[in-house]
Amino acid sequence: MAYSEQARGGYRRELDGIREAGLFKEERYIRSPQAASIEVEFPAGAAARTVINFCANNYLGLSSHPEVVAAAHAGLDRRGYGLSSVRFICGTQDIHRELEERLTAFLGTEDTLLFPSCLDANAGVFEALLGEQDVMIADRLVHASIVDGMRLCSAVRDTYKHASLAHLEEKLQEHQDKRYRLIITDGVFSMDGDLAPLDGIVELADKYDALVFVDESHASGFIGRTGRGTHEHCGVLGRIDIITTTLGKALGGASGGCVSGRRELVELCRQRARPYLFSNTVAPVIVSGALKVMEIVQASTERRDKLEANTRFWREGLTKIGLDIKAGESPIVPVMLYNAKLAQDVARDLFGEGIYAVGFFFPVVAKGQARIRTQLSAAHETAHLERGLAAFEKVGRKYGILGKNKDEIKEMYGA
Amino acid sequence: MDELKKTILDYVIHEYTDEDDGGQVTVETQLISGGIVDSFSMVSLKRFLEKKYNIMIPDKDASPEAFDTVNSIAELVVRFQKGN
Repeated sequence: MAYSEQARGGYRRELDGIREAGLFKEERYIRSPQAASIEVEFPAGAAARTVINFCANNYLGLSSHPEVVAAAHAGLDRRGYGLSSVRFICGTQDIHRELEERLTAFLGTEDTLLFPSCLDANAGVFEALLGEQDVMIADRLVHASIVDGMRLCSAVRDTYKHASLAHLEEKLQEHQDKRYRLIITDGVFSMDGDLAPLDGIVELADKYDALVFVDESHASGFIGRTGRGTHEHCGVLGRIDIITTTLGKALGGASGGCVSGRRELVELCRQRARPYLFSNTVAPVIVSGALKVMEIVQASTERRDKLEANTRFWREGLTKIGLDIKAGESPIVPVMLYNAKLAQDVARDLFGEGIYAVGFFFPVVAKGQARIRTQLSAAHETAHLERGLAAFEKVGRKYGILGKNKDEIKEMYGA
Repeated sequence: MDELKKTILDYVIHEYTDEDDGGQVTVETQLISGGIVDSFSMVSLKRFLEKKYNIMIPDKDASPEAFDTVNSIAELVVRFQKGN
């Protein structure tokens, strides 16, 4: 037997190691559609309970929106369930092209290519566009899928300190001998919720003849005055060469992603990007739902405006209670606890209070930077937020961290 | 501290730390296992050493263990300066 007892034992020991390190991830079964309030079975086998969700990427509250669900149903009837093909053989319907054109107009780019996910877009884009004579210079906190994509590309790799324009400039000077320089950043960083200084980045790109890549997964649909993204917020619409983003967060939350940008770059991805060439097309039902999402976000800013108001209310509320949060303006609001065990304990107690939020700690974030990441949604009503704040206040009081700063919390619990 | 270690330490502080925490790094500080340098960002350090000391460090030798402290990095540089 190929899967010997020795192999089984070896893999079991690896799993035990993950458990002992406190890094074992367990799924929680949700018995309702995604929403501000959901029914969760946790631990497995326990009776389901209703909790307020503060950990979904459902920023615009469109994941279960009735119009989106109806459009997906109609798409299922009109274009079928699956296409049983990659895009370039017989997997491209009229609606795929329609969605790409919608995304191009929304993102303010020249062309767009759908991928099965944004992880796939990030995995394929660098290898398709760059070679050994080029350099990729990435912010040190970019998403893991970008790191993976960079590893698959033969271009020289370099990194700069998080959001540091001075360090990025040094790197651009150092790599002037390369054919192409590509600056790589997230628009909104998923763990801290801060925004990349895209205006400064674009200026440096002009000065040092570099291209700019931005992953807008935690921005598309709600950052910027009309929700077009971090480039809109920073006043550099039309000046980003490559944008990748997802349909799996604010834009409906199902799945699918894209590369959007300069016409030639997108076309090269269509010719060369391996996740596009060798993975199935996005299902018609997803494309149909996403088309409705694009219609909703382009018709009105009502949902992103409500999200902005909710974010302000939540940030002000947590600060008033005396919790230490990462300053910023995005709907990703980290409550800083610094100690990994404390983050886990607080998350567990919050769940007991009917609040679903997750603790993050090393290696997902830097050592001594453990936190609970809360995420707002346009689906949250004020009553949800008030209940959330009351729970945070109760649990925060239990652990004696209200009104305490970073050094005081570290003094109490260690880092 | 010898010149080699000082050069490496200065580079590490400039490249990987912020102004307010650079002073805490010494030749014995665990850089990778301590979370100061991640394995992905390590490539610029390797490139710096190769250029500065005119050596080639094969990828198999540029392990996170070998790059974990300024002391161990200095040992690696000396080894490859001697032609390994």
